[in-house]
Amino acid sequence: MKHRRVTFPHMGHIHIALKAMLESIGLEVIVPPPITKRTLSRGIQYSPEFACLPLKINLGNFLEAFDLGANTIVMAGGWGPCRFGYYAQVQREILRDLGCNFELIVLEAPDTKFSAILGQVKELAGNCSWRQIGYAVRLGWEKVKALDALEIRVQQLRPREIRGGQVEAMYREVLNDIDRAANIKQIRAALQEGYSRFQKLILDMEKPVVRIGLVGEIYTVLEPFTNLHIERHLGRLGAEVTRSIYLSQWVNDHLFAGLLRIPSTKTYWNLSVPYINYWVGGHGRETVGGAVYFAQQGYDGVIQIGPLTCMPEIVAQSILPQVSLEQGIPVLTLYFDEHSGEAGLLTRLEAFVDLVRRRKKREKKARPKSQPVPIW
Amino acid sequence: MSRRVGIPRALFYYYFYPQWSAFFQELGAEVVLSAPTHKGILEAGVRAAVDEACLPVKVFYGHVLELVPQVDYLFLPRLVSVEHKSYICPKFMGLPDMIKSNIRVLPPILDLCMDLSHNDRQYRRDLYRIGKIFTRNPWKIRQAERKSQQRLKEYQQLLHQGHLPVEALRLMDESIGRAKRLYETDKDAAVTVKDDQPGLTIGLLGHGYTLYDEFVSRQVIRKLRELGASVISQDILNETTIEEGNRHLPKRMFWTLGRRILGGAFHFFETGSVDGIIHLACFGCGPDSLVAELVEIEAHRRKDLPFMMLTVDEHTGEAGIVTRLEAFVDMIRRRQKYRRQLLLG
Repeated sequence: MKHRRVTFPHMGHIHIALKAMLESIGLEVIVPPPITKRTLSRGIQYSPEFACLPLKINLGNFLEAFDLGANTIVMAGGWGPCRFGYYAQVQREILRDLGCNFELIVLEAPDTKFSAILGQVKELAGNCSWRQIGYAVRLGWEKVKALDALEIRVQQLRPREIRGGQVEAMYREVLNDIDRAANIKQIRAALQEGYSRFQKLILDMEKPVVRIGLVGEIYTVLEPFTNLHIERHLGRLGAEVTRSIYLSQWVNDHLFAGLLRIPSTKTYWNLSVPYINYWVGGHGRETVGGAVYFAQQGYDGVIQIGPLTCMPEIVAQSILPQVSLEQGIPVLTLYFDEHSGEAGLLTRLEAFVDLVRRRKKREKKARPKSQPVPIW
Repeated sequence: MSRRVGIPRALFYYYFYPQWSAFFQELGAEVVLSAPTHKGILEAGVRAAVDEACLPVKVFYGHVLELVPQVDYLFLPRLVSVEHKSYICPKFMGLPDMIKSNIRVLPPILDLCMDLSHNDRQYRRDLYRIGKIFTRNPWKIRQAERKSQQRLKEYQQLLHQGHLPVEALRLMDESIGRAKRLYETDKDAAVTVKDDQPGLTIGLLGHGYTLYDEFVSRQVIRKLRELGASVISQDILNETTIEEGNRHLPKRMFWTLGRRILGGAFHFFETGSVDGIIHLACFGCGPDSLVAELVEIEAHRRKDLPFMMLTVDEHTGEAGIVTRLEAFVDMIRRRQKYRRQLLLG
């Protein structure tokens, strides 16, 4: 058996957890270089024109990892109806034609026999015992949890910082610490250390901050490169962002089959009735449910984001105006593809935050404690 | 007075209309079919739907809007899965919710949920629930269901005999003497194949509601026939052939229509029964963006069958399509001539 050098596609900070997990079962891991314009342009050069953005960026990741010597790809799959389930197969064919000889290991619920996935894991892990694999999973999970906790804190701090960019710089340092942490104890220490560093920031706690819920397709929501750092921009505009999807929740729902009792997509599903009464694949239903959730929690606005032509998000987008009207919350939909420009995004965000802020002020004046009414 | 049930002439009309119409007619309802797509329908649909929706969905909105003032009930099925462990497209799964959200005034909706991915229990319950609106006699519902299944089978037989769906639908209506009323408006929909220029067959791939809706496809079928080519599509192939073609895939395809397209494509590649393949897709179609890529990669590797991909949306001009079709057919003709010369030495 040849020596495996494993790589995987980027999605937000998932690489920190995945790297730790794969390395602790003794694999050599090659993390693809951070996503840049170059990654994207290499990806779109070889991808089908009308495929959604994540496929193109993933392909760019694989090509850049190939240059660094990777020969095995580990990625997730699925059984539809979202396009993601067939990514691996299309990418395999494209990579083959480009002469990149990758071995693709697709981790997905098997079509017929459940034991197949365990076989795949064992095959990947080689000589490791199940005990070691269990530890690797725990290590990865701990990192995911730490990353999410950190991110939530950062989302709260961003709109309140006095000198712009401080939080961001600190965030990157703490991320590096978590990345370097080799065991569970160190991860927890790194997180605590991060918290105490944040304590030293000078904040403006009086600042009027609007609260915005970010809903949409998971990859666009989690990967700052695809959404053109929308959270950072919103933070600078004085908006506190909460997302409907966090990594830990996704991992729990999809990889642990919802076994852990943390908030899960079930909540959103229940809230999505009667606007959307059936599962529509991807995160369409979570998007609608998320919007309802944020409205009920008293948020000031909801922004839906997704890759252009994303099917489940189009379903959700069609339904969101009704949610907006009946739940009384402004909703903005933004799609991203390889042509999206940061200036255009910024203009729209500024306008939206202005609208939300003015609406909030007016409401405070007119009806101090009454129910919100639709603005259009 | 019998109650009128509206069925939009869009999306799954091309696959299930005989079944649905038979079901409602057996229950004593009058079936109202919307007119063939025309500009007004498209414009109304474009206004009602979100910009990002694909052309067939916008057209569907238009058909619904056209039916609204004419009917007592609107048949709006939620097609999740029409066969085991396969799906159609997320937009079909959310279609009734989308319509209800975007179109304010609607007649009562008959929302059949068709999810056969695991079993047909829910589907049968829904059929019964809908049947009860029209009759209190469960036996009659059962009868209507049987009849509708039978009509579907007849329809599929016609397809497998080589009739394209629009023609098969017309034949079926002629056989029960209703052709006049339903098809007055699209009398010239089916163009007879010209026999004077033999030897050119085009394999047409795509979703049924794109290929056979003349307004959506910009009359691709008719134009190919006018250029002297006979046209076959993946929909005239039977299940075994499709399954056979899909063996070439590394992973089971989970889109019903994508599976048919790929099965058809591999059948065309393997048997060489066509001289060229055209894939007609709508802009923004999710499944087609990957399915077409797989077909294209395969065509590229094999190198012996010309392949062209056409994308349409509401802005597509007819002239552009004609130019490309002409060029494609010319190219195949020249190729054939060149080959003949090679053979003759």
